[in-house]
Amino acid sequence: MSVDKETVARIANLARIRMDDAALDRMVPELNNILAWVEQLGEVDCSGVEPMTAVIPNTLRLRDDVVNADPLTGGGVRDAVLANAPAPEHGFFGVPKVIE
Amino acid sequence: MTELTDLGIKAIRDGVVGGSFTAVEVAEAFNAAVAAANPALNAFIVTTPDHALDAARRVDAQRSAGETLGAMAGVPIGMKDLFATKGVQTTAASHILEGFVPPYESTVSQKLWDAGAGMLGKLNLDQFAMGSSNETSYFGNVISPWRRADGGNAPLAPGGSSGGSSAAVAARIAAAATGTDTGGSIRQPAAFTGITGIKPTYGRCSRWGVVAFASSLDQAGPMARDVTDCAIMLGAMAGFDPKDATSLDLPVPDWAGALNADLRGVKVGIPREYRMDGMDADVAASWDQGIAWLKDAGAEVIDISLPHTHHALPAYYIIAPAEASSNLARYDGVRYGLRELPEPGSGSGTSGAGLQDMYAATRAAGFGDEVKRRILIGTYVLSAGFYDAYYTQAQKVRALIARDFERAFERCDVILAPTCPTAAFGLGEKSADPLAMYLNDVFAVPASLAGLPAMSVPAGLNREGLPLGLQLIGRAFDEQSVLNAGLAIEQRAGFNAKPETWW
Amino acid sequence: MVSSYRIQGATGEWEVVIGLEVHAQITTQAKLFSGAATAFGAEPNTQVSLVDAAMPGMLPVPNAECIRQAVRTGLAIDAAINRWSRFDRKNYFYADLPQGYQISQLYHPLVGEGSLTIDADEKAGIPADKVIGIERIHVEQDAGKLMHDQHPTMSYVDLNRSGVALMEIVSRPDMRSPAEAGAYVRKLRAILRYVGSCDGNMEEGSMRADVNVSVRRPGEEFGTRTETKNVNSVRFVMQAIEHEARRQVDLIEDGGTVVQETRLFDPGTGTTRAMRSKEDAHDYRYFPDPDLLPLELDEAFIAECRASLPELPDAKRRRYEGELGLSAYNAGVLTAEVETAGWFEELLAASAAKAGKPEAELAKPAANWLLSELFGALNKTGTALADSPVTPAAGAELLALVAKGTISGSIAKQVLEKMLASGDGAEAIVEREGLMQTSDTSAIEAAVDQVLAANADKVAEFKAGKEALFGFFVGQTMKAMQGKGNPQLVNQVLRQKLG
Ligand SMILES: [Mg+2]
Ligand SMILES: [Zn+2]
Repeated sequence: MSVDKETVARIANLARIRMDDAALDRMVPELNNILAWVEQLGEVDCSGVEPMTAVIPNTLRLRDDVVNADPLTGGGVRDAVLANAPAPEHGFFGVPKVIE
Repeated sequence: MTELTDLGIKAIRDGVVGGSFTAVEVAEAFNAAVAAANPALNAFIVTTPDHALDAARRVDAQRSAGETLGAMAGVPIGMKDLFATKGVQTTAASHILEGFVPPYESTVSQKLWDAGAGMLGKLNLDQFAMGSSNETSYFGNVISPWRRADGGNAPLAPGGSSGGSSAAVAARIAAAATGTDTGGSIRQPAAFTGITGIKPTYGRCSRWGVVAFASSLDQAGPMARDVTDCAIMLGAMAGFDPKDATSLDLPVPDWAGALNADLRGVKVGIPREYRMDGMDADVAASWDQGIAWLKDAGAEVIDISLPHTHHALPAYYIIAPAEASSNLARYDGVRYGLRELPEPGSGSGTSGAGLQDMYAATRAAGFGDEVKRRILIGTYVLSAGFYDAYYTQAQKVRALIARDFERAFERCDVILAPTCPTAAFGLGEKSADPLAMYLNDVFAVPASLAGLPAMSVPAGLNREGLPLGLQLIGRAFDEQSVLNAGLAIEQRAGFNAKPETWW
Repeated sequence: MVSSYRIQGATGEWEVVIGLEVHAQITTQAKLFSGAATAFGAEPNTQVSLVDAAMPGMLPVPNAECIRQAVRTGLAIDAAINRWSRFDRKNYFYADLPQGYQISQLYHPLVGEGSLTIDADEKAGIPADKVIGIERIHVEQDAGKLMHDQHPTMSYVDLNRSGVALMEIVSRPDMRSPAEAGAYVRKLRAILRYVGSCDGNMEEGSMRADVNVSVRRPGEEFGTRTETKNVNSVRFVMQAIEHEARRQVDLIEDGGTVVQETRLFDPGTGTTRAMRSKEDAHDYRYFPDPDLLPLELDEAFIAECRASLPELPDAKRRRYEGELGLSAYNAGVLTAEVETAGWFEELLAASAAKAGKPEAELAKPAANWLLSELFGALNKTGTALADSPVTPAAGAELLALVAKGTISGSIAKQVLEKMLASGDGAEAIVEREGLMQTSDTSAIEAAVDQVLAANADKVAEFKAGKEALFGFFVGQTMKAMQGKGNPQLVNQVLRQKLG
């Protein structure tokens, strides 16, 4: 399968990366090279093989329902959360206006 | 007396504990070395001499107070700029995170500070750890301290993505450094620069606070002068972390204490698929030499097969970009990092467009070309209609690769292979062709896909006078066998070459 | 039996086909993947952890209680619990979604196929009980909130809700009228509240429905559906369906076609409209979240979840009718809300303990008193049962006084009002105010004599055959005795004296 410019533009839009015509033109052959190469995987006989789910056999560990048990993963840290915000506004993150 | 900066982890720690020198003296020596070398090598994105000094003062004070010192007491290290460090800019070498100062410390870096290490600075890397030459950093290339013995002085790649780490340790401007390995990013740069690096079993080191590239592959590990230093530092970095759901809830063995280069009774597997057509003659020779050294150490060497080796790299270049495309979605200009507002008039004026345009402009300006390439590949392989053909198939192939290793480890205890297909290449030599660059990781990626512990140890120099590394791969959880075999090679290789100080 | 709900179009009748995806906030202290609190109404961004804000390097660790409550909910709707499930990422960009993906479950949800039964309601056009299929329940993160009216050029983002645990409960397209959909939401809400897995508070957004509606000619293939997002009351769900079905019929009859799209409900006008944002050709690129391992449940965990389930509304209702002999109507009302049933059962237990009698014997008067007397009194002041100043134990005390004959039913009404006003106990009030019923025959005889003497004309009419006047004499006697005469004795004495 190979991608055309239109497809790359659609993918770039899905990924929210603005690309002008020149950038798209450059990207098309690069992506096609890589895709053509990874497509060799299609040759591998994977019948009866389950896709890997856990790289090291291990199951999910759950945590207790406790608020702020660890300050590193708890709330009540608004200053820290907003410290790097490009547009903090009265305790909120400001973003360009969105209208539903 | 040798320079303090010639010392590695164990020598520094033992010297500080024994009172041969103070931790502050060590920190000052390294801070000075960093200041002298960094303009030429560009190994550090930011330097933090005060962090190193403060840590050293604490260690010296602890020693004066008669307290027991940590395993890394007084050791100044470099921190790959993928680890969040509280109050110190953390960028993943990307413009999109320029100026980001985390209000938190990664678990691994915290463990190192708790063990008495200090930070010389944040080390340069390939942007978001995507690269094998450290040429994708927004903050410029790292120059390897090594040069070819041809008098040409062509700048060489230190490897990647942990290229700042490898360059700093090889140049003796850091006693050790952290690395992260997603598809070879500890082992390949270690091999390129004549140092030692180990990627432990997936889940040994917490990923909490480490900027994610590909979650199912990313593992932190030490990069240091020798096997013993790696064992000590890995012991300080590893351990269960309840904040990481993939963290292994296992005790951390005393790897350093149990080091043993006597390989009698150990079976070493030599994977025949790694001996590829047109293999670099020096690499092939060093591999043969490695086999001889391990035999000399008492190991029994057997031929093994890892039949899906050839498919590892393409599987990796589906899985890693897929995960990355999602992991990097958070860099959107809303909560931290770069925000780029589109020029007036470029927005369509329709509802929601302002926000979505901001995303697209921010990410276009913030990500480098290789990052964009991988995000696009990852987005494509996950998109409707392609998911099964690419992603699901790649995860099946990954399961086959893991099964290859499982079967091999029924017959052997550790696997020996080259770390890389070649020695270090020149900056710019491969950067024009992404595929050629990807092929660098052909020997490193299979162990990453299977989550297995793997290390690179220096084996000697090639005919150009550049270091070559040998790779040891072990069973899951069995870092000890990897370290032991590495030590056996290290003792026999007697690798003590170091780059000339040209900076 | 088939719903007869039909939309009359210009070209004939149409049937509406409805499926609901209900998002229910799981009742927990902390969020699904972080330790930040979930309480409603906090200051913006104060209940946000570094994890919820998707800071670089942050990782999710699931909250066990979320899993437990989702499993209990699944068991409550007789659903298959998947021993092996996992979390997937749903990727899209929006300001309320800090990670750039929602952690959800697409491929392997925690809970599989189940069902619930909506109760027959003749008046609402539901002629018989109807089973509604539930396809799945999966666990996922809630998004943050955007505010658009605080600044001329900016929207504000509050991440307090970001990462709160939700169950998405996906029904089969089994409903055929707005009333059925309303009944489904009410029943589901009741079950969640019985289980305790969701507080069902729709005003605070703890429960909201995505409403999938299509129309078709009766018996034909399903039409194209639209999804109206985040409708947050039963009434609005019904309104949204009515409007959307009508819109689709009109559209089709005018020669148009329904497009599969996401719509918004406007509670002000009761109408739906197409959503303008998020119009991205929906390609969510779901894939297993590599930060989270597969979730495996053992039998012991599931058994513990099952053992912890309370008696659920359908079973309770059957028991009230069968064992307690209550009317279908009373059993239905008492079991509709978990608080009512709980209050009733406490009342009944306390009454039985006081009287030393089996509950079955006391259930009817207790149910009648709760549903008419107490509810009536509370309604007057707009007080919820949960806030009633009269506790079940206090109610039992009052009922016991009636049962023992210490006070009459009419005195009991007065006593209840005094209890509600003062918070005092029934016995204390009766004692203090001397409201005990009298069984003193001579006092009753004296009162009866007085009444008969004062109403000689009526006595004559009675004796001439106007038997209906007996009630009048009873009333007058009771009145003369300020309601304290033992009604049985009053009856007895009157019969003697008039007979
Ligand atoms: Mg939905
Ligand atoms: Zn949902």
